[in-house]
Amino acid sequence: MKPVPDPSARLAISVSVNGRPTERTVESRKLLADFLREDANLTGTHLGCEHGVCGACTVLVDGQPVRSCIMLAVQADRTEVTTVEGIIPEGGLSPMQQAFKEHHGLQCGFCTPGFLMTLAGVDPGEYPDEESIRVLLAGNLCRCTGYEGIVNAVMAAWGGER
Amino acid sequence: MKPPPFRYARPESLDEVLDLLAEHNGEARVLAGGQSLIPLLNFRLARPEVLIDLASVEELRSLAAADGMLRIGATTTQREVERSDMVAGACPLITRALPHVGHLQNRIRGTVVGSIAHADPAAELPAVALASDARMVVLSSTGRRTIPAAQFFLGPFTTALEPDEILTEVHFPMSGDLSAAVMEVAPRAGDFALAGVAGTLRNTPGRVVDRVALALFGVGPAPQRLHDVEAALIGTRITAERLDEVAALTIRTARAGAEDVHAGAAYRRQVAGELARRAVAEMVS
Repeated sequence: MKPVPDPSARLAISVSVNGRPTERTVESRKLLADFLREDANLTGTHLGCEHGVCGACTVLVDGQPVRSCIMLAVQADRTEVTTVEGIIPEGGLSPMQQAFKEHHGLQCGFCTPGFLMTLAGVDPGEYPDEESIRVLLAGNLCRCTGYEGIVNAVMAAWGGER
Repeated sequence: MKPPPFRYARPESLDEVLDLLAEHNGEARVLAGGQSLIPLLNFRLARPEVLIDLASVEELRSLAAADGMLRIGATTTQREVERSDMVAGACPLITRALPHVGHLQNRIRGTVVGSIAHADPAAELPAVALASDARMVVLSSTGRRTIPAAQFFLGPFTTALEPDEILTEVHFPMSGDLSAAVMEVAPRAGDFALAGVAGTLRNTPGRVVDRVALALFGVGPAPQRLHDVEAALIGTRITAERLDEVAALTIRTARAGAEDVHAGAAYRRQVAGELARRAVAEMVS
C-alpha cells in the first residue's frame, strides 16, 4: 500500500480548464472553487455560502453542473472543468446572457455566473414549462431580483429554441 | 469556511480501502460524492485525519438488478440512479424519491449509498431504504456482514457502522409490482423536508390492501417505519374513514425528535399524518 501523504503535501493534479490543460500542485484540502480562482486565475466563479447551498460557485465538471465549493480540487483530477469564462463568446454576450440583460435577470450580478453555469449544463428540452424551470433554478439563490426576471430570461432564451 | 488539513488517499482497490480504514481506525472517513461530508469539513464539524476517496475503486461503481435484488454500489451517483430505466422498473420508490434529494447539482455528485450512510434524519433515501426492507452490505478488513435497514439507523447521523467499516452496497428487494409514493413538505424545492413519507402499497381490485410499507423522515431522530399504520391497513378496504385513521394513527405514533426554527415537533407530526393519508390515497389504484 502506498503511504498516505501528509496534509501539507502538494498533490499533482491535471485538469482541463475551459479546454486548456492545467497542471498544478495543490494541498488536499483546497476546494475546486479556490483552485479555479487562485491557481487558474479565473475569478468569474464566485463563492457565496461555501457549503453547497447558494449555487454561486456552480461550474461544469465533465459537462455537468456541480457546486465547486463542496468538491475538492484533487477530485477534479483528470476531469474537464468549464467555468463561466469558458461559455462567453469573444467580445460579446451569449444568447442566455443577452436574455438576462434584456429581462433584468440580474442586479448586483454576484449570483449570475452560477445561474449561467446551471443553465449551460442542462438540456432545455427537459424543462418545458415555467414550473420545471423554477425547480431547476431553486438550486441557485439570488437575493436581488426575486427571480421573476431570471425566469423570464430563461423562458425567453429557451423559448426561441423550441 | 474551508476544510481543515487532512491526509488524502485515493486507493484503487477495495482491499486497500479496508486496510486504510483498519490502520486509521476511527480517524479516517470515506469520501464518495462529498455532498454531505465536504460541507461538514467546511464547517469543521468533521475533522478526519485521513480522507479515503473512493473515486478510483471501480468495483464500487455498481448498479445491477438480479435474483430479485437491485444492488447499488457506494460510488453510484444519485443522478445515474434517477435516470435509470432499470431502477424505475425494479424499484419505483427509489426513482420517485430522487427528484426530492437536494438539487440537480447535488445529485450529479451525490451518491445513494453515501446519503444512506450519512443518515440525516430529514433525508429521503434512508426512509426509502427502511420502507424497502433494504439490506446494507458492510465490509471491514476482518469480514463482511449484512445489516437490515431496520437495524441500521440508530439516531441523527448515527448508524450501526463501526469506524473501521464501510457500506459498500445497498440491496433493495425488487418491488416493480407495488405502487410507490414519496411526499414531503419543505420550505423550498430541494431543501430538507420538515416532514415526509415514503412508501409502497399493493391492493386488490376491490381496494383491499394486501401489502404496505410506510416510513417517515424529517419528523423523528431517525427514519421510522409506521408499523401500527401498516397493521391497521393490511386486509382492509381503503375508504375515506380508513384514510382518516391513517392520518390519526400516524400523528399518534410518530416519534418526535426533529425541531428547528422552521417547525416544531407537533407541527411536523401533524404534517406527517396528512402526508401519510395522501400517500396511501395516491397509491391505492
